[in-house]
Amino acid sequence: MLGGYWDSVAIFVGINVLMGVSLYIPMAAGLISLGQGGFMAIGAYTSAVLTKEGFSLALALPAGAGLAALAGLIVGAPALRVRGIYLMILTLGFGEIVRVFFLNFEPTGGATGLGGIPPLSQLHWVVLACAVVIFIAWRLRGARLGRAMIAIHEDDVAAEAMGIRLVTVKLFAFAVGAGIAGVAGVFYAHQALYIDANQFDFSRSALTFLYVVLGGPANPLGPVVGAVLVTLLPEFLRVVADWRMTFFGALLVAFAIWRPDGLLPAPRFK
Amino acid sequence: MTPLLQVTHLTRRFGGYTALADVSCDVAAGTIHALIGPNGAGKTTLFNIVSGVLRPTTGTLVYEGRDYTGTRADQVFAMGVARNFQQVRLFKGLSIVENVMIGCHARMGGLVRDLANLALPKPATEIAARRRALEMLELVGMGSRTTGLPQELTLVDQRRLEIARALASTPKLLLLDEPAAGMNPTEVRELAELVRRIVALGITVLLVEHHMRFVMAIADTITVLSAGRIIAQGPPDVIQKDQGVITAYLGPAP
Repeated sequence: MLGGYWDSVAIFVGINVLMGVSLYIPMAAGLISLGQGGFMAIGAYTSAVLTKEGFSLALALPAGAGLAALAGLIVGAPALRVRGIYLMILTLGFGEIVRVFFLNFEPTGGATGLGGIPPLSQLHWVVLACAVVIFIAWRLRGARLGRAMIAIHEDDVAAEAMGIRLVTVKLFAFAVGAGIAGVAGVFYAHQALYIDANQFDFSRSALTFLYVVLGGPANPLGPVVGAVLVTLLPEFLRVVADWRMTFFGALLVAFAIWRPDGLLPAPRFK
Repeated sequence: MTPLLQVTHLTRRFGGYTALADVSCDVAAGTIHALIGPNGAGKTTLFNIVSGVLRPTTGTLVYEGRDYTGTRADQVFAMGVARNFQQVRLFKGLSIVENVMIGCHARMGGLVRDLANLALPKPATEIAARRRALEMLELVGMGSRTTGLPQELTLVDQRRLEIARALASTPKLLLLDEPAAGMNPTEVRELAELVRRIVALGITVLLVEHHMRFVMAIADTITVLSAGRIIAQGPPDVIQKDQGVITAYLGPAP
């Protein structure tokens, strides 16, 4: 569509947009996850194993997303008992467990990684996937579930007293987020063509967090803007590329002080 | 007729502190039942237990003849028991109407319906909930104040908004925790009117209040708590003359 290199850049932007939305959804319900990289890894490895065996992407994609969502449910269940900083630590731990698991799991290549993945990530599919998840995130904001998520985020005691079943809504948000991260992983594996455990380490989860915080955690389009900016800036600004993590770290501090709501403020809904 | 709510031998301890000790009281359907008592008497604790936010240490709660002790707050709400909060607890990220629509949450179908609704431009449940929310805002006297965010409202309107949110679920029992706090005399009169309108809709009201003129004017029955125990129960005129109540509020006669 755009020609080799830029096609590839666009696909990686799309993958990061998916990651951003994957964290935006649980964060809308007040669940901060620092383990989105773990769900991405599950999607990537699951689908890569399948397509290497000759299965189509049409099967590998739902399989990767489904397994990641299932992992989200399993991690989410105990996570409901903890909140705030403890949830962050729990999800951070989960991300590391997944990484170390794939690092040592020989059937998927262990430390050598998994190569020879067929190049099946086409730009139009990535764009379509982004459009679908952005649509879902946007529609959720004006729907029963989305309102319940915001209510839980702001005051879970009052939310429960107003008839919201906390377990259902929190698990939904967590699992949907994990599933979307799984989709991102599927596209990543079939674009990178070689994956190893360290591609899904903490910095992946931390960058995902950055997309949401920079873009605006209260706006469904926030993570999209955040992901596009953070991914493209190093492509256009050499200085940013050389000082990548320092630059983004400084940006995060600046935003925490001057723009805690991110670039896009919460949309005014009537 | 069996009472709408029966609280029997309720005790609640926080560590070594007994907030409620062997409290029993019945709330008759269709009445305004007030709960009064000095600060720290255990009124809000009793509210939290009745609404399922807290669990009793011992004792039972019966609603419409059914034991619901230990039921989660969202299920208590679904049974028809709605409440406000003494310290206003509105959702700041949601608009005024959306706050009231939260009260309709439990009646808007489940997850499957939600997923189907994502694809519809204007889902029927959404339209119905919004209409209901606007009606409730009208009922509490906020018909002209439906847009914007709750934190942009005065404290008095925030209290009204909380009542609208609770009413949106069509409860049978409405728990009001100090609804008149911070209101001027005119606003208190309007609140009394509102509470009477709510009762006229067939909703039973249990309220905690310090504003005595307000309580004496509207309550059918009053329960007086002091230091976690019930010291008097009865209609306003009896309570006003009760020596134990006077002592609890003013101290012993010299």
